[in-house]
Amino acid sequence: MSTTTQERYSKSDELERSRSRPRTIIGTLLTILAFILLGIALLPLFLVIIYVIIRGASRFDLNLFTEIPPAALQEGGGIASAIVGTIILVAIASVISIPIGVLAAVYLSEFSSGRIARWIRFATNVLSGVPSIIIGIFAYGVVVLSTGTFSAVAGGFALAILMLPVVVRTTDESLQIVPQEVRWASVGVGASDFHTVLLIVLPAALPAILTGTTLAVARAAGETAPLIFTALFTRYWPSGLFQPIPSLSVLVYNYAAVPYENQQELAWAASLILVLLILLTSIISRWATGKSTY
Amino acid sequence: MSALERNQEDRSDRQQQNTEQNSEAVLQTEDLTVYYGKFAALRGVFMKIFKNKITAFVGPSGCGKSTLLRCFNRLNDLIDGCRVEGKVIYRNKNLYSKKIDPVEVRRRIGMVFQKPNPFPKSIYENIAYGARINGYKGDLDELVERSLQQAALWDEVKDKLKDNGLSLSGGQQQRLCIARAVALKPDVVLMDEPCSSLDPVSTGKIEDLIHQLKQNYTIIIVTHNMQQAVRVSDLTAFFNAEEGEKGNRFGYLVEYDKTEKIFENPQEEATREYVGGRFG
Repeated sequence: MSTTTQERYSKSDELERSRSRPRTIIGTLLTILAFILLGIALLPLFLVIIYVIIRGASRFDLNLFTEIPPAALQEGGGIASAIVGTIILVAIASVISIPIGVLAAVYLSEFSSGRIARWIRFATNVLSGVPSIIIGIFAYGVVVLSTGTFSAVAGGFALAILMLPVVVRTTDESLQIVPQEVRWASVGVGASDFHTVLLIVLPAALPAILTGTTLAVARAAGETAPLIFTALFTRYWPSGLFQPIPSLSVLVYNYAAVPYENQQELAWAASLILVLLILLTSIISRWATGKSTY
Repeated sequence: MSALERNQEDRSDRQQQNTEQNSEAVLQTEDLTVYYGKFAALRGVFMKIFKNKITAFVGPSGCGKSTLLRCFNRLNDLIDGCRVEGKVIYRNKNLYSKKIDPVEVRRRIGMVFQKPNPFPKSIYENIAYGARINGYKGDLDELVERSLQQAALWDEVKDKLKDNGLSLSGGQQQRLCIARAVALKPDVVLMDEPCSSLDPVSTGKIEDLIHQLKQNYTIIIVTHNMQQAVRVSDLTAFFNAEEGEKGNRFGYLVEYDKTEKIFENPQEEATREYVGGRFG
């Protein structure tokens, strides 16, 4: 009893697509299902954006960008001081974390040996997984307690620690995308490691590094937890690096749940600005990545 | 010393006599062995590279010919776990002595790679880069033009020197890489299968170019293409690979002689089989 002669595929004679074939029906159903699930996955994103726009748009005017937040029961006002505060905080964080992060990544990608690099990469991943509130407590312990005051520097320090692993990882990844042959070419014309990294590898990876850094900045700008007990909050314009400083995210946290309608509206407006900020940076970074060399 | 190694030494003595020419030796290896990790990838090479000659390295994959090529400009230093024993003599100095600065070596011994690898910069900068970092004092524009002319690329790119080097075709990119190498006025140009990723027309152009460069440079070319070795080289070295005691493959130099001799009347059976196309 030979099976080989009995074997037959259930091939039909037609080459045309048949709607009634089970394969076609299952394929169509699964495609529809996948599409619906995709819609469900994207729904929160659109709902958040739309809701924030609807609630925030009512106060989206010039006053928002020029006036400081009002006191309780006071009418009007804006969130100008919080915008400036967020910019200052992010600037401090960037000044600390970007040079350290980029140089650390250069070491990781270009100079370290496999074993050490594995451990540093692992440590970086652990750091990026640490909850931001814990980073806030750490900054509180290190900066606030030792300087004796809540301050912009303490907040910037906390955000810097938050940004650091993102900067290291994205820079590391973008440096590794640069083909080994290009480094060899540079070394082959008698370039030192210094010249190769500075003049060939870093410029080739720059668009990707900028993208990663921009996303890190955007993420830091939206963080609340590490700022609550480092930068604290004030209604007024930032008065110094060693003074408490307002920020958009803490403003949302403080004002969203108070019983005053004016403050609630400002919280929504601040949310809108944060969302727009993150959208904008994502778009810019997409655009920059599109221009990358490799 | 194993029988194999003794055998290799006998052979290398004969090779050195065979290839003794009136031309002076620019590079010379003495019992060169290269390890990747624990295992030798190339064992016991004795050979001389002669001035203003084109020397071709041929042999099956894994026979260590590219590894040997990279010993000449210490590019193996960049490969993790690579270790070199023996000597490479250049200008009466051992390149693997501790006192030697590999950066200085690479300025004198240029390299063209298998895959064209221009810098992601303008055509002009591709050539000017090496000159700048090496403290070139002359007129950069002139150097760029002269180098591109030497690489037979000038007429094709003279109107777009500011364009990115990566925008050129594969063949043009490889000629740009050759221009980049000759711009440094090296003593020796190492070429690691420079035509393996190019079409026949570009290959022809590169081969013509290699012939012209011979007047001023000593060239070593690794190739998988027998006809190419016959077309371009004066001397040919045939390498083969063998299983070692622990099953690891290593390469060694089988025969090194004038190209006609290698292809028409080789002394070794393995060479005869390889150039006759019977294996590899």
